[in-house]
Amino acid sequence: MVFTILSVSLVLLIGVGLYLHSLPVLHKLSWGQLITSSVWKPMKGLFGFFPFIMGTLWVTGISIIISLPLCILTAVYITEYAPGRVKRILSPFVNLLSGIPPVIFGVWGVLFIIPLIQDHIAPHFVEFSTGYSVLAGGIVLAVMIFPLIVSIICEVLRTIPQDLRDASSSLGATKWETTKKVILRKALPGIIAALVLAISRAFGETIAVLMVCGNNAVVPHSAFDPGYPLPALIANNYGDMMSIPLYDSALMFAALLLFIIILLFNIISRMILSRLERRLAV
Amino acid sequence: MKRRKFEELFFRALMLLATIIISGSLFLIVGTIFYKGAPYMNLDMITKTPGGGFYIGKAGGILNAIIGSLYIAGGATVLGLLISIPVAIFINMYIGGKTFLANTLRMAYDVLFGIPSIVYGAFGFLIMVYFGLRASLLGGIIAVTLLVIPILVRTLDEVIRTVPSELGDATFSLGATRWETAKVILRQIRPGIFTAILLSFGRAIGDVASVLFTAGFSDNIPTSLHEPAASLPLAIFFQLSSPVPEVQGRGYASALVLTIIVLIITILSELCIRKFYKQKV
Repeated sequence: MVFTILSVSLVLLIGVGLYLHSLPVLHKLSWGQLITSSVWKPMKGLFGFFPFIMGTLWVTGISIIISLPLCILTAVYITEYAPGRVKRILSPFVNLLSGIPPVIFGVWGVLFIIPLIQDHIAPHFVEFSTGYSVLAGGIVLAVMIFPLIVSIICEVLRTIPQDLRDASSSLGATKWETTKKVILRKALPGIIAALVLAISRAFGETIAVLMVCGNNAVVPHSAFDPGYPLPALIANNYGDMMSIPLYDSALMFAALLLFIIILLFNIISRMILSRLERRLAV
Repeated sequence: MKRRKFEELFFRALMLLATIIISGSLFLIVGTIFYKGAPYMNLDMITKTPGGGFYIGKAGGILNAIIGSLYIAGGATVLGLLISIPVAIFINMYIGGKTFLANTLRMAYDVLFGIPSIVYGAFGFLIMVYFGLRASLLGGIIAVTLLVIPILVRTLDEVIRTVPSELGDATFSLGATRWETAKVILRQIRPGIFTAILLSFGRAIGDVASVLFTAGFSDNIPTSLHEPAASLPLAIFFQLSSPVPEVQGRGYASALVLTIIVLIITILSELCIRKFYKQKV
């Protein structure tokens, strides 16, 4: 009982702890200033998080654009089309992929994605790119969130009653027509929940993105520009955060910002999902 | 009519392609790591600690990081289990598995599971500052324990829910208390507990953002809880950011070591889950 209360109140503890430690910087600058300013000069006590927020948004956006269509198609294939034998082979794959640690994704990004962008993709669009860009971060993240989205959408699709499929195909619809007009429509809330959850996962991913994003504190203007997402900022500067006044407080503010956004997103998607689950139970 | 057939075929092909891309990405990642890491792999890597000048390309290995990671992941899993087993039992036995309160608690753990490890790392760092701890093995274990508690609780919870309620009822009807019943159920789900341990260990050993602030880094194998400890993911990260090709290559080899460890753990847990559910049916 005590353990339960303690571990659940961890949510509150983290929030309060981070808030208390970001108070010093909040006294000096307001929330609005911190979020919208793009001047990042810790030595002068100027902390503008706008470039980092934009970096995070770029990377997350790219990863979602890449992974969502692929994942929906795969999930539909696994639940609606694949014969049982193929299904049994595929699901361990998804689990294995989800077990691979972030840092390995980062190494893979550096070894595979960066040269790919530098030599083959970027030359078609821009004059010069080192490959370290928000695009690289987006691709690596997309692969990282594949398992999460696929497994949630698969579960959502399984909650859809078989009767609906039978009714649709008895009216002469092809399998794809049934999928498009009945199943995906019915699964929409679940897909949105998966999307929201994936966004929050992508928001908080640190090390893999840090390794491939270039970490330049400017607002990216194209997919080939380097970016500097929030978690990477926190991870990169832990070493010297004690030597500059207010720096540690500003970094804790970054962590607080991440925490709040991710908490909200998680609560929203979990509520949608638990409602779906209850519908299944009835 | 033809158009409908064509659409069906087109999307079927697209789905197949998407599935191949997603499952192929696993091969691509593991393949890349093997291809780049294998040439630098040797016995010294996994049996020696870094010697003098290791980080400019001289002899040595990453035993310090391997042992450090095992300590951190092992310690966190044990500590996490001590907390999670009572919690999972409490949710299912004492407040009843299907009540509103139980579902709310489950959601809270799901939300905790979604919180990124960098936030746990930052929070762990705050705890350490509060208690006046330096970066140490203990700090790393605390931060990683926070990270694995939601995983352990939710896995154990799922497993306990598969136990037929008749078993609990039968135990109660013999006059057993709730705690005695819980012991019966715990015996029933032993393979499930093993799965939870593997899942948590796998997550703990690969995570870097939570140990970055809290465990520090050291070339020696830690001998007490208060010494800083190296970890495998951090060792990979540091070696990769070195400009010396030899050191970078060792980074790839370290990545290979971590990949192999994690793959073994994941495959084991997959087998465990299968066996558990086969037993049930």
